Order: sequence, then structure tokens, then C-alpha cells
Amino acid sequence: MKQMHLAAHFPGVNSTTVWTDPRSRSQIDFASFEHLARTAERGKFDFFFLAEGLRLREHDGRIHDLDVVGRPESLTVLNALAAVTERLGLAATVNATFNEPYELARRLATLDHLSAGRAAWNVVTSSDAFTGENFRRGGFLDRADRYTRAAEFVSTARKLWDSWTPDGISRPFQHSGQHFEISGEFTVPRPPQGHPVVIQAGDSDEGREFAASAADVIFTRHGTLDAGRAFYADVKARLAKYGRQPGDLKIMPGVTVVIGDTDAEARENAAEIRRQQVSPQNAILALEQVWGRDLSSYDPDGPLPAIDPDPGSSLVQGRVRVADPAAVAARWRELSEAGGLSIRQTVIESTARQSFIGSPETVAAELEKSVAADAADGFILVPHLTPGGLDDFVDRVVPLLQERGVFRSEYTGSTLRSHLGLAEPVWNG
Amino acid sequence: MSAIRPLHLAAEIGGPPRYDAGSHVALARLAEEGTLDFVTLSDSFARPGPDALAVMARAAPATARIGLVPTVTTTHTEPFHVSSAVATLDWVSKGRAGWHVDVSATEAEARLFGRRPAAPAAALWQEAGEAADAGARLWDSWEDDAEIRDVATGRFIDRDKLHYVDFKGSTFSVRGPAIVPRPPQGRPVTVIDGTTGPAREAAAQHADVVHIRATTPEQAASLRDELLRSAAAHGRDPAGLRVLVALTVDLGDAEAAPEPGLRSGPQLAGRGTYFRGGPVDLAELITRWHGGGAADGFHLTPIAPRRDLERIVNGTVALLQHRSLFRTFYPGGTLREHLGLARPAGRYTRVSSSEGTS
Repeated sequence: MKQMHLAAHFPGVNSTTVWTDPRSRSQIDFASFEHLARTAERGKFDFFFLAEGLRLREHDGRIHDLDVVGRPESLTVLNALAAVTERLGLAATVNATFNEPYELARRLATLDHLSAGRAAWNVVTSSDAFTGENFRRGGFLDRADRYTRAAEFVSTARKLWDSWTPDGISRPFQHSGQHFEISGEFTVPRPPQGHPVVIQAGDSDEGREFAASAADVIFTRHGTLDAGRAFYADVKARLAKYGRQPGDLKIMPGVTVVIGDTDAEARENAAEIRRQQVSPQNAILALEQVWGRDLSSYDPDGPLPAIDPDPGSSLVQGRVRVADPAAVAARWRELSEAGGLSIRQTVIESTARQSFIGSPETVAAELEKSVAADAADGFILVPHLTPGGLDDFVDRVVPLLQERGVFRSEYTGSTLRSHLGLAEPVWNG
Repeated sequence: MSAIRPLHLAAEIGGPPRYDAGSHVALARLAEEGTLDFVTLSDSFARPGPDALAVMARAAPATARIGLVPTVTTTHTEPFHVSSAVATLDWVSKGRAGWHVDVSATEAEARLFGRRPAAPAAALWQEAGEAADAGARLWDSWEDDAEIRDVATGRFIDRDKLHYVDFKGSTFSVRGPAIVPRPPQGRPVTVIDGTTGPAREAAAQHADVVHIRATTPEQAASLRDELLRSAAAHGRDPAGLRVLVALTVDLGDAEAAPEPGLRSGPQLAGRGTYFRGGPVDLAELITRWHGGGAADGFHLTPIAPRRDLERIVNGTVALLQHRSLFRTFYPGGTLREHLGLARPAGRYTRVSSSEGTS
């Protein structure tokens, strides 16, 4: 039976994370990270995942204040978590644009050593002048260059990880490319996993190709079963040209899960969470993100604005833009008029609902189905509460997955590669 | 003798490169048994060894009180990332973080990055000072009470309490605010080895703890005075500075050493004056120098970490404790508390008249 992989995403700096719930705790105290990581390890998860922030998000020229704000630097927290976990993989999102290969390869190799083979790197390339204002290089990197830099960054890092022989002899390295021209000696022996696990997040064509060529895991968006199967087939088909097997790249969509004693109760829970996520203020904000205009004078419980979106708006900074605001606005209007929905109700209805909603049995069956149908190799769970958001899943769903024989009951290996069933990379010295 | 300042002791736990967690954690715990103020772990891109800040983060949950001070370089790194990483070390250690600022001076290190050539020490230390300055501003960029979680208005933070730092240095600029909320200590402790002139200048401006090198107590006292005067000239309160004499210590074959004491002999990796003798001899030297007001304490780099640190803790420290010259337990929880340094107020915080302090 095809085995499932599971990862735990620490609740993010976005409106998925509900901080108004009385059970919500600190987004920055180490205790919160420890709780979630220990929960994931209790559930025999493959890895724990941290996103990254390099500039606080802004809205209309001011720091966005409605969502959780602030987070730690990922690699430092993961090194600390290595002290309080034993088997759990530890994945850090680190930008390839605002770092240099030598230093980052060294930090990742160090995490792999200190955790005895549990490190992973989620390579992201988002870059804009807004974020660049915090860094030496400043400015903007063209979209096309983002992926060439990331690809060269990863291959350079691999060269550094291979620069020591497997039996511990340091040898000089030299790299000369479009983005990096470096040489010397690496300060850290080859990591226990050979190379830390490489994750790629992003669904674009360039992102898929990059993942097929260089990544071990792809962190993708969750959609319908059919969309998932199409994505899975597309990405797996790209592997052969790089001499790789279908099992060499694991496809793990990010998902949200709501459970209840019954399916009906789970649906009620899910609706309540959606109401918490879309506060009246967040509803106006979501509207402004589409319209690109100041809509603060509108009543969240009233009708949608009659004016059209501003296509050239720079209202929103530091987050992904809405691709086609006019089309989204038209869709929202249609929904609102058809159902007589207010602004807040429209936002709740039209923005992402949770991926899996049901009793533990229902959720376990659906997760299994998605994996068996080749829509995914596993899932990255994104809880809505810090830090207890995975407790129910681990206590109630994981045992069912184990009973069904689709998820491990014990760790069989000690490294993240062994959890994911990935071979150690051949030494390329 | 009532005017004697509290004695501060720190030790380096690096040595021949080790890449596992266990050996570092064991040394940090050993130093913690000796109630030392902090341990340091040196780091350089120029020689084998793991990332020191990562090692200290790994040691944080495995220790409870001791300060953790990794070397972090500023020449080829990003000031924004450095500030975030040190702030995060402070969060994961619950207020025990510091950073030992250093520069990368060689062409060999410059080639590892390929971004710019090696530069003279004066330029590197000016940049290091700017990185320390920018980093401290980022730590202050969130006021302590910026997180409000106000359900009625839907606001998680009071954004008027988050501040752009708009720092413009000679080689970099940073807009801010920080990604990481203000760390538990307000500002983690900044340590600079002030042995060389350019570094001493940066230390007088930005360091909380300065390491100096001296072969006599008179020389140490004079260096300390100079540092305090220089700090004052930069508008700082000299009482916020701790000056530690850096010694490289060899406590091996202690009983066999014919003449315990300082040597002009082997200068080991530039880490302070070389001391050879027994643990008791070292305690005598510390007592004499500190009692005479030459320094606020000592930073000891054991020549053989496992062996010498054990002798320092069980021999030297035990004797100093017996003489009531050194603490026997940690009365405080943070590194600033160990050092007797106040938690700084944020520089961007507007003090209202009712909350004004003298």
C-alpha cells in the first residue's frame, strides 16, 4: 500500500492563523515551537516546517496589523528544536535571493550535523525591491533570473556539501557561474544526509521544472482531486529528463484540516473557524487586496462596492498580488448578488475553505484516497491555532491512518531522508 | 574592599573542530555548573568548524542559566539576518544570548563569497560597528508592548509601536522594522574583542562587554579606563560597560609547572595573554587583578577545553567561591542580569510624562 508522508507547518503570518481564539498562544515563545514539534514527532510526522519573513507586510503604506505579526529566524529555531526532538525532520524556508551560497550551505550543513541528519531547506526565490530594502543587494531581481539564481544556488550548495570526502577530508572547491564566482574551502564536513533535503514551493511552470531538476519535495497548493492528479502527473513526468525516478520527488500539498465527532459537527467547526479567520476588518482588507483601493468606509455587513478595481494599485506590499483583480471582483459580485451576501459573507464564501473537513474517519479516508489516487505523496498540514492546532489530528486521525496501513506507526530510520524514502545523494567529489 | 565590583567570568568552549551537538552541550553544562556568566564559541569562515550561532541555539534548551555568546562575523553577512538570528537566539534561550562581533579580513574569505575584495581593518571595523548599530536599532524597532491582540478592533499589533530604522551605513542600508519581536533582553549582549585599535573604537561605541589583552594589572586598568572614557565620549554611560581580560589558559601538568603565571610565549590564535599554571595559581591571579580594580572579570580560553574547563570549574571557580569572590548560584535568569547590566529601554519608545523615569 502506498505510504503517506506528513509534515507540520508552524501557523503562519496570515489570516489562516486565528489569534483571537482564547486557546491561541505566543507566535514567538520557544514553548510554542516546542509544543508543535513534539506533537508532530508524537504523530511520527516526517518533518516540521517553518516559513520565512524578510519584511513585514504592508497595506496602504502601513504595516499590516490584522494578522499575526513577527516570527523568529528559522534556522536558529530549528537548531534549538533539534535539542527537544529526536527523529522529526526540520525544514527551514530560506530565500535564495537574499543569501549567499557559502554561508547558507554552511548553516544548513551545521543543522544537519547538529540534528544528526534531519535538515531540510525550502528554497524560495520571491524577491522585490520592497524586501530588498533590508539587504545589501537591495533592488529587484527579474523573474526569469530568480529561478536561474536559485538553480545555480542549489547546485553550488551541493558542490560545497560534496567538497569534503565522505571519509572527512576537506578539498578545495571552485565555482564559476552567471550568479556566483567563488572558491576556497568549506568549513563543515559532508552532512550526515549527504545533502540536506531540498524542498521547492511554487506551482508555476518554472517552479515545477526547477523542482523536477533539483528538489526532493515539492510543497504545492491543494486543489480538487482531479487538479491534484494532473499536477502530480505533470511534475512526475518531468523527472525522467533529469535521470530521476518518480519516487525521487515527493509531492506534498499544503492542507488545512477540520475535524469533529461527526461530519456535521466538523462542518460547523469549519464554518466557525472561517468566521474567525475573516473578521470584519479582515473582510474589508481582503476586498481592498482585490480592489486595490481604500475601502475602509464600507460596512463589512453591507453590499460590495459599486466601483471597479484599480488595476495599477500599489496598495499591497510584501505579499502575492491578486493576478486578475477585475475577474475576481466580477466573480465576487456575482456570488454576492446571487445569494444576497454581505461583504464579509462574500469573502468567507469565496476565499479558500478548509481542505479536509469531517469526522476523523472521513478525514483519514479522504487523505488516503488522495494519496492512493496519485494526487499527492503526502501533506503539509497548516493548523489554524498556535501551538495546539495539530493536537486533535495527531490524537484522532493519525491512529486511523496507521490502522489503515498507510502511515508509519514507528520511525524506521533516523534521518529525514529515511523517513521520506529518499536515497542519499551519491558523492560527487 | 567594599568597593570591589562583582567578578565576571566567561569561557570559550571551542577548540579542535567538533560537529556533533553532544560535545558542545557538555562543555556549556560544565561551565554552567561553575555559574560562569557566559560561554563563547569562536567562528570564522577561514577555518574548519560549525556555524557557532547554530551550536549555541542547539545548546540553549539543554542549559538553563548560562549566557550563550557565539562569534558572528559582519563582513560577508547580512546585517538584517544577523540581527534576526541573534534576536532568535535570545528567544530560544529565554534571554541568555549575546554575540561576539568579528570581521573577515582575508582575501581567502572574500573569495568564498565573491562579492567584494578584502578590505583594511579600519573599514571592516567601521562596518562591524554599523552592523552592531543597525542590529540594535532593529531590536528596538518593536516596542515591548507592540503586540496588543485587541479582539474588538481586530488588531494583533499596535503598528504605531513598530518603527522603521532607516539605517544608512557606509556599505549597506536597512529599512526595518525587524521581523523578530523585541527579544527578552531588549538587546542581546554585544561583545567585542578590543585588542586592536579599530576594534577598540567599535567596542567603545557599541559593546556591552569588551575583551582586552594585558600582561600586568596596571596595563589592564589603564586599557579599561581608556575604554570607559572613550565610551563616555560617545555619549554612553560607562557603567554599562564590562571589561574582561582575555587569557589563554593552560592548566595541564599544573603541579609540574615551575613558574606559574603569564608568559609572553605562544600567542594562541590571538586569544589573549597566555597563562600557564595550576587552577589555584589562576585563582590567585584573578583575585589579585580583580581586587586591584584592573578589570571586571576574565574571559578564559582553555588550551584543552575538556580538561582545562573542568579544572577551571572545579579548581579555580571553587576557590573563588570559597573566598566569596564569585557567585555560587545564578540569582538572575538573563545574561544581562548575570553581568549586572540593565535591560535597555527601546530608543523609539515615547516616554509619556506619567511613565517618565529619572
